[in-house]
Amino acid sequence: MISAPRNRALRNPSPRSRLLPATTLALALVATACGSDSDTAGEDGTVRLVVSIDAGLEQGAVDAFNERVAQFEAANDDVTVEVQEYTWTATTFTAQLAGGTLPDVFTVPFTDGRGLIERRQVSDISGQVAELPYGDSFNPTVVSAGTDDDGNVWAVPIAAYGQALHYNRTLFEEAGLDPDTPPTTWEEVREAADTISEETGQAGYTMMTSGNTGGWILTSMNYAFGGRTEVLDGDDATATIDTPEMAEALELVRTMRWEDDSMGANFLYEWESINQDFSSGRIGMYVSGGGNYGNLVTQNAIDPDDYGVAALPLADHPDAGVLGGGDLAVVRADAEPEVVDAGVRWIDFYYLAKLTDEEASVLDARTLAEAGQPVGSPQLAVFDQETHEAKLGWQEEYVNVPLEQMTPYTDAMFEQPLVNEPTRSTQEVYALLDPVVQAVLTDRDADVAALLAEAEAAAQAQIDRE
Amino acid sequence: MSLTRTAEPATPPPGPPPAVPATPGPRRRSPRSWARGGGPACLVFLLPLFLVFGVFSWWPIVRAVVMSFQRTNLVSAPTFVGLDNFAYVLSDPLLGTAVTNTLYFAVLSLVFGYPIPLLAAVLMSEVRRARGLFSVLAYLPVVVPPVVSVLLWQFFYDGGSTGVFNTVLGWFGFGPVGWLQDPVMAMPSLVLVATWSAAGGTVIIYLAALTSVNPDLYDAAEMDGASIWRKVWHVTLPQLRGILLITFILQIIGTAQVFLEPFLLTGGGPANSTTTVLLLIYDYAFATSLGGDYGAATALSLMLAVFLAVLSAVYFRLTRSWSSS
Repeated sequence: MISAPRNRALRNPSPRSRLLPATTLALALVATACGSDSDTAGEDGTVRLVVSIDAGLEQGAVDAFNERVAQFEAANDDVTVEVQEYTWTATTFTAQLAGGTLPDVFTVPFTDGRGLIERRQVSDISGQVAELPYGDSFNPTVVSAGTDDDGNVWAVPIAAYGQALHYNRTLFEEAGLDPDTPPTTWEEVREAADTISEETGQAGYTMMTSGNTGGWILTSMNYAFGGRTEVLDGDDATATIDTPEMAEALELVRTMRWEDDSMGANFLYEWESINQDFSSGRIGMYVSGGGNYGNLVTQNAIDPDDYGVAALPLADHPDAGVLGGGDLAVVRADAEPEVVDAGVRWIDFYYLAKLTDEEASVLDARTLAEAGQPVGSPQLAVFDQETHEAKLGWQEEYVNVPLEQMTPYTDAMFEQPLVNEPTRSTQEVYALLDPVVQAVLTDRDADVAALLAEAEAAAQAQIDRE
Repeated sequence: MSLTRTAEPATPPPGPPPAVPATPGPRRRSPRSWARGGGPACLVFLLPLFLVFGVFSWWPIVRAVVMSFQRTNLVSAPTFVGLDNFAYVLSDPLLGTAVTNTLYFAVLSLVFGYPIPLLAAVLMSEVRRARGLFSVLAYLPVVVPPVVSVLLWQFFYDGGSTGVFNTVLGWFGFGPVGWLQDPVMAMPSLVLVATWSAAGGTVIIYLAALTSVNPDLYDAAEMDGASIWRKVWHVTLPQLRGILLITFILQIIGTAQVFLEPFLLTGGGPANSTTTVLLLIYDYAFATSLGGDYGAATALSLMLAVFLAVLSAVYFRLTRSWSSS
């Protein structure tokens, strides 16, 4: 039973008595909605800097990262570091960029560097970078991905790679193949894939096809056969997708898929899912960045004994080359000046000093090794070859990756011609090529010539729309 | 099985309507009496509602309309480009593919997804024991988080011979089938997932509607010797027509906006065979990492919204006589 109200106000509140709590509530809501967290001050008046850590890392990798953060804060007592999970993917990056939810310091692939700089979507850190002791020593080919038209470095190259052929040594052995002599030509790749598929029931060779990665890998194969996807003439770019080299690459894929049936049953792989299946022993070979071993360990817990990597086979063609890429470290466009300064110090401390300074290099390697994280995955030189080899020497005692299993790649990686990724509408063109690869893999009667002609027209339209 | 009900009380016999006192015409209130009557308090109470809807619904809609006429990456200053975004979208060869795929999804969903919940609800309404258990079982897929269910279905749909469905097919000497890896099978596979995950909610709506059907109608039909099928056809369906018309248009609108299943299960592949209109909108905005084509995305969104609004208006206009009788 509901008790009767005790006084008149409760029975029939006056407009004023109703107005007061309602106003209070409304003002509270407005005040909450208008609240701001854009301040850059950390604890004790220090600069608050948000840095990025790869999403989905093993606990050991997280511990090693946190240890590096503590070391940075000890060396920079005016900065308080906050850590935010962040992994660049084509489909999430633009939303984070537009929504302003990126960390203060984040990384992007080479393909995004010039576009971000042209659109002023990252901070101009060229002044701070120039003052670093190695500011003018970057490998010119590598640093070009992060410079503006005047050659100022807005985005700092932190890692460079060339594509490589990753393979599962255990599956090679089970198939009766010698894991120490992996394929060196595409014909040998086809034969090995067929054998692995026959003997083990797993996919002999497979490739990424979704989330723009299909275009990325197809472009890599195209380069390996001597093709290019664009021709530049000053500011003008012409899409060159409908070429004999691209057709040759797709014909190889078609043959392995439909004649040999050696490419498994999943034709919608992305970067994460193919790494996952490779690490779990379901894939014999696939193409990805040469330094991918670190990711396979920290995110997919691969058994090191399974892992092998070989140089990407190149066709007998004068223009055949290895698609090269890498990562750039940048600072948010809307970061306050003190945050930009702190950000560049973090880039120097975490990403670059280990490549140029013995003490920093040893500290980084020891921290990673003590946390059980991979040290020594093959990478190309961000600076000159001499600096790169010095770094390998400093870190030698901490190297814990199976270097011997990587020699088919490391013995050849510096001799293969490295070709930069396409520069115009790169991700858009990759996206256009995804369905081309998928069509060849899922439709026995796919018309390769028609697919390439359509893709080239669409790519040109996209480039013209830039 | 009999289609009779006894739980609901009988409706009162028809008779003359009760007398309704004559109501005076609308009377204009002075501002003073409006203020005394609590008008300002009403406005203040409405303020949070306006704020929430304004910030999260109306303002984004207005922004989307404006952006459809702009070239913008949401960081640099936007530039007005007139109808260029609409022209670009309409000339995109992928638009035809996306529209065709969406129509295909809608047709499959209507053919399989529309009658199944109704059938399930009619059968469940006849169950005299453990009806609650059946309702829970029907509604369970709705409770499962979509991402979890998608991972589950990925496991089922594994294209290798070790996938769950292919293992079952293998017992009978069939397969393996490339469920999501085959351009022909991919869309029906997505429809199955969508139907599975959404049917429970519709079943609950139908079950609620079935309780309002006058049991006397079933009794009368039974006395006239009507079979189960005729009782469903002549009593249940006509009595549910209002709710059926609503769920039909909601189904069309829902299928026109299908996104989750193709986005999570196939990414629009293989070879664009599951690229839907909403996925194309998403791709315009987000598939490329540098700023996206928000103008094209909002232009297509606007076109889709206008199309659905016109379709809904025409639908209700055409079916007005059915639902009001």
